Amino acid sequence: MDCCSGIKIDIPKGFKKLVLAGNPNVGKSVFFNALTGMYVDVSNFPGTTVDVSHGKFENYVVIDTPGVYGVSSFNDEERVARDVILYGDVILNVVDALHLERDLFLTLQIIDMGKPVIVALNMMDDVERNGIKIDIDKLSELLGVPVIPTVAVKGRGLEEVKNNIKNAKVGNIDNKIKEYLEEYKNKVEHQSEALMLLEDDDAISERLNIKTSGKREEIYRLRRERVDKIVESVIIKEGKGNRLRQKISSMTLNPITGIPILVVVLYLVFKVIGVWVAGDVVGVTEETIMVGYYEPFIRNIILKIFNQNTFMYRLLAGEFGILTLTPTYVIGLLTPLVIAFYFFMSLMEDSGYLPRIAALVDRVLSFFGLNGRAIIPIILGFGCITMATITTRLLGTKREKIIATILLGFTIPCSAQLGVIAGMIAPLGTKYILIYAFTILIVFALTGTILNKTLPGESSELFIDLPPMRLPKISNVLKKTWTKTIMFLKEATPLFALGALIITLLEETKIIYKIQDVFKPITESLLRLPKEAANAFIMGIIRRDFGAAGLTELSLTPEQTVVALVTITLFVPCIASIIVIFKERSKKEAALIWLGSFVLAFLVGGVLAFLIV
Amino acid sequence: MTLDMAKRGQKIYIKKINDEKIKVQAIRLGIYEGAKVDCSLKIPFGPVILSNRMQEIAVGRTLAKKIEIDVIKEGA
Ligand SMILES: Nc1nc2c(ncn2[C@@H]2O[C@H](COP(=O)(O)OP(=O)(O)O)[C@@H](O)[C@H]2O)c(=O)[nH]1
Ligand SMILES: [Mg+2]
Repeated sequence: MDCCSGIKIDIPKGFKKLVLAGNPNVGKSVFFNALTGMYVDVSNFPGTTVDVSHGKFENYVVIDTPGVYGVSSFNDEERVARDVILYGDVILNVVDALHLERDLFLTLQIIDMGKPVIVALNMMDDVERNGIKIDIDKLSELLGVPVIPTVAVKGRGLEEVKNNIKNAKVGNIDNKIKEYLEEYKNKVEHQSEALMLLEDDDAISERLNIKTSGKREEIYRLRRERVDKIVESVIIKEGKGNRLRQKISSMTLNPITGIPILVVVLYLVFKVIGVWVAGDVVGVTEETIMVGYYEPFIRNIILKIFNQNTFMYRLLAGEFGILTLTPTYVIGLLTPLVIAFYFFMSLMEDSGYLPRIAALVDRVLSFFGLNGRAIIPIILGFGCITMATITTRLLGTKREKIIATILLGFTIPCSAQLGVIAGMIAPLGTKYILIYAFTILIVFALTGTILNKTLPGESSELFIDLPPMRLPKISNVLKKTWTKTIMFLKEATPLFALGALIITLLEETKIIYKIQDVFKPITESLLRLPKEAANAFIMGIIRRDFGAAGLTELSLTPEQTVVALVTITLFVPCIASIIVIFKERSKKEAALIWLGSFVLAFLVGGVLAFLIV
Repeated sequence: MTLDMAKRGQKIYIKKINDEKIKVQAIRLGIYEGAKVDCSLKIPFGPVILSNRMQEIAVGRTLAKKIEIDVIKEGA
C-alpha cells in the first residue's frame, strides 16, 4: 500500500524494493551507482526540489533517498525519504562511521520499524586516518543486523555489501518501543506505519486516519540513550580528528578569514560563469547552434505547414515562437548557465563548504527575516531567477519563502541579464559601476528589512549540521549537476513555452504596444530617459536580457545608462519566473509581487534619476 | 545562562531547550536536555558552533538564546 507517496516507481513482478537510507553526505549515492550501474531513472517529487533515483540490482529495484537524520516530516527531504523508507522491503543503511552518534539514530529508527536492514559502515578511511577504532562485531551484535565496513569511494567493501544484501535481518528493537507498538499492531498494515503513529507523524496519521500517541519525545529520548550507549561500547579507541581539516573548517567560519575566502570563491565562480560560460560557451550554444542552425531548420519545417503570414506560423516560429525562442532560450542560453551554477553548488555542497557559508552569512540574512540557508537560492538567483525561485521551497517557513521570492524577483539580476548589464556598464568606469551596485544593494537591504518588519509570523532559525570538509568526488558532483539540471529543465521548459505563448498573444492583440505607450510618459518624465526605453523595459518581461539589450540601441549618457540599468534590474522578472511565482505562491501574493516590482523599479529609478541625471 | 553566552572552548551541559520543534530535531543530532557538548566556535554576532565527538552543529544566535546551559569546564 504505497499510495499517496506522489511518486510512481514501477516494481516488476518478483522484484523487491531495496531502499538506500542514510544521513546526508554519507555516500549513499556512491553505493547506489555501484549497485545499479548506468541505467538509472530520476523522479522528482511534485512540489519539491527533491529527487529520487532508482535502478536495478539483481532482483531488486534500488531506490536512493534524500539524506535525512531521521524518518519524520520536518522538511521536504524527510517527507520524501519517509514515504520511500516506510514501504521498502530491505533497507541498506549507509552509516558514516565518523559520526556514529548522529547516524545510528536513523539506524535504530529503521530497525524499530521492523525492516530487514543491512548496515554499510562507510568512511572507514576517515576513521582510520583519525586513529579511531570501532568494534564492528560488537556493533553488529548490538544492532542485530549485519554491519559491513566500507570505503565506498575506493570500492572497498562494496562486493561484500552486494553479497550480503540477502542476509539483511530484522534487528533488535528497543523493548519499550516494542511494547508501545503492540497497541497499533492490529490497526495498521506495516510496523513502520505504527512507529510513525507512535512518533506523532501527522501526515501518516492523517493518511491512515488513526490518532498519534503523543509519545514522540519519549521515544526519541529512549533512542538517543540507546545510541549513546552503543557508541560508548563500540568505540575502542577515540581519535583526535584531522587537524588540517579542522583548521580549514574554522577558517571558513571565522569572519576574519571566512569573508575573504567567500569573496574569493564567489569571485572565481562568477568569473568562470560570467566570462567563460556566459560568453564563450553560450556564444556557441545560442548563437552558432540554436540561432545559426536550429532556428532556420525549424522555420523551414513550419513553413511547409503554415504560411508565413499566419498566426500559427508566428506562434510556433515567429519572433517569440514556441519552437524558436523557447528552445533557443532554454537550451542555448539557460542550460549552460544552469549546469555551471549547479556544478559549483554541488562542488560546494560535497566539499562541506556550503553549510559553512550558511553559518557565516546567517547573521546578515537574519536582518531580512531569513536564515543562512537562504544563501542557496540567492546564489542561484544570479544564475536564473526561475531556478532560484523553485529552490525557495527548501526554506523553512512560508514567511521565508515569500521574502526570498520577493528579494529574488526584485533585486537579483540573473546571469542572462547580468551579461548585458556588465557589457554596458563596464566601459563607463568604476564610479558608475559603484552607483549601480550600491543602489541595488540598498534596495535589497531595505526591501528585506521592511519585509522582515512587516510580515506576520516568525522565520525559522539556523540549526544545521556541519559535515566535515572533504575533497569532493568529481563523478559524484557531475552526476548531481546532471540530475538537478534535468529536473530544472523538465520543470521550467513548459513555463518558458507558456511565457512565449502569452507574449505572442500580447503582440497579436497589440496589447504589448499599449503597455509600452502607458510607460512612455513615465519613462520620459520620471526616469529622464528617451521614451523608447519603455520598449526595452517591456521586452524585459519576455527575457530579461532582451530588455537590457534593447537599451544598447539607445544613445544614453552614462547617468542615464545607470538609471536605465537600475530600473531594468528591479523591473519584473522574466515571464517564466513570474509563472513560477504564481505556481509557488498564492495568486494574490504573486500578483502583488509582480505589480510591486513595477512600482519599485520606477520609484527607485526615478529617485536615482532625480539625484544624478 | 543561555547558549549565546557560552564562550569558545567551554564544555557545556544542556539544561533546557525552549523550542519544541527544534528540541525533537536536535535529539537526533545529539543535542538534547542532559547532553554534554563543546562550544567549539562562535561567529561574532552569528551562530554558535557546538561539537560532540566529530559532529559539528551550527545554532543560530536567536535560537541559542532559547537554550539553557551550564558551563562544566572552562576553555583552555
Ligand atoms: N573519504 C571518503 N569519502 C567518501 C566515502 N564514500 C563517499 N564519500 C564522499 O562523500 C561525499 C558524499 O557522498 P554521496 O554519495 O553524495 O553521499 P549521499 O549524500 O549520501 O548520497 C562524496 O564527496 C563522496 O565522494 C568514503 O568511504 N570515504
Ligand atoms: Mg545522494
